[in-house]
Amino acid sequence: MSNKYLFILLLVFSVHQAKAQEIRIIKFPELQGIIQSKSNAIQVINFWATWCAPCVKELPLFEKLNAENNESIKITLISLDFADKLERVKSFVDRKSMKSNIVLLDEVDYNQWIDKVDKHWGGAIPATLVINPQNGKRKFVERELEEGELEKLIEQVK
Amino acid sequence: MKVLKVYSLVLIGIVALTAGMGVSGYEVGDAVADFKLKNVDGKMVSLSDYGKSKGVIVIFDCNTCPYSKAYNDRIIALNTKYAALGFPVIAINPNHPDMSSGDSYEEMISLAKEKHYTFPYLYDPAQLTPKAFGASNTPHAFVLKNENNVFKVSYIGAIDNNVRDASAADKKYIEEAVDALLAGGAVTTPKTKAIGCGIKWKK
Repeated sequence: MSNKYLFILLLVFSVHQAKAQEIRIIKFPELQGIIQSKSNAIQVINFWATWCAPCVKELPLFEKLNAENNESIKITLISLDFADKLERVKSFVDRKSMKSNIVLLDEVDYNQWIDKVDKHWGGAIPATLVINPQNGKRKFVERELEEGELEKLIEQVK
Repeated sequence: MKVLKVYSLVLIGIVALTAGMGVSGYEVGDAVADFKLKNVDGKMVSLSDYGKSKGVIVIFDCNTCPYSKAYNDRIIALNTKYAALGFPVIAINPNHPDMSSGDSYEEMISLAKEKHYTFPYLYDPAQLTPKAFGASNTPHAFVLKNENNVFKVSYIGAIDNNVRDASAADKKYIEEAVDALLAGGAVTTPKTKAIGCGIKWKK
């Protein structure tokens, strides 16, 4: 009996481990690759951090969109937490059971790249960029999104 | 009197319009309007009090933002170095206390005491200065040069280029700007951008 329980426990543990998502640390060229992507999918890029309350508040909007498994939309959540806080990001993502694609951008010389994301960006987070690579239309929002606003932004770039 | 009334109405209209747009604010070269805000010691501080300074370093800063915390000692050091040279620091908390309880006036007083602030840390619950300056995040710095009691924006942006590690910062934007002004020259990098905590505007 006890072996059976141990087996179940191990099974549960391994499933949990498999679900925990790997978060890669990226540099700016990779982000630029996403921004300049030529894919058919609309790129939804969100800049956030675990310590940013309004960012954390709007994350469920992206998770909800991600759960729809719409192949014409590609979501990338860019954590701006410091690279030495990667474990903190991982445990946050685990705790919230987040499923969206998440990377950590390790580039603290901000002035070198903020304008390349969007020249209207003052540098505050949360910030969201929606790009349709097929027609070049883009929308940039430098504040917390309201319920339903993400869908409107996607509609506007179609 | 009537003319004055109409004039003030138009002025109020312009102010309301600008506030509504949200994204406007000073650009490099613009003259800065005077402001009068309550300091953590309970006394009022105005920009016009600094008429004898060569300029001022205005930094929108707060208690709660991790970037503000990371830069806290560097801001104190800026004042230590540059107040004596005629460019003191004025810190303004742009966050509304209703939206960020850790940025209340009482919390500001505690932080200023704990860190032994040698410069004003001003409370602006009406959020008029961040709107006028066009500040978007914390910390967000503005170096102002005093030209015959008119304060003109000479630099807007970040403190330096490495929030995580002060010793690794190889571009000290504020120091470079103030040093250039002190030497009577032009600021080579008058505008930079940095990631920061968005200002907590009252909804």
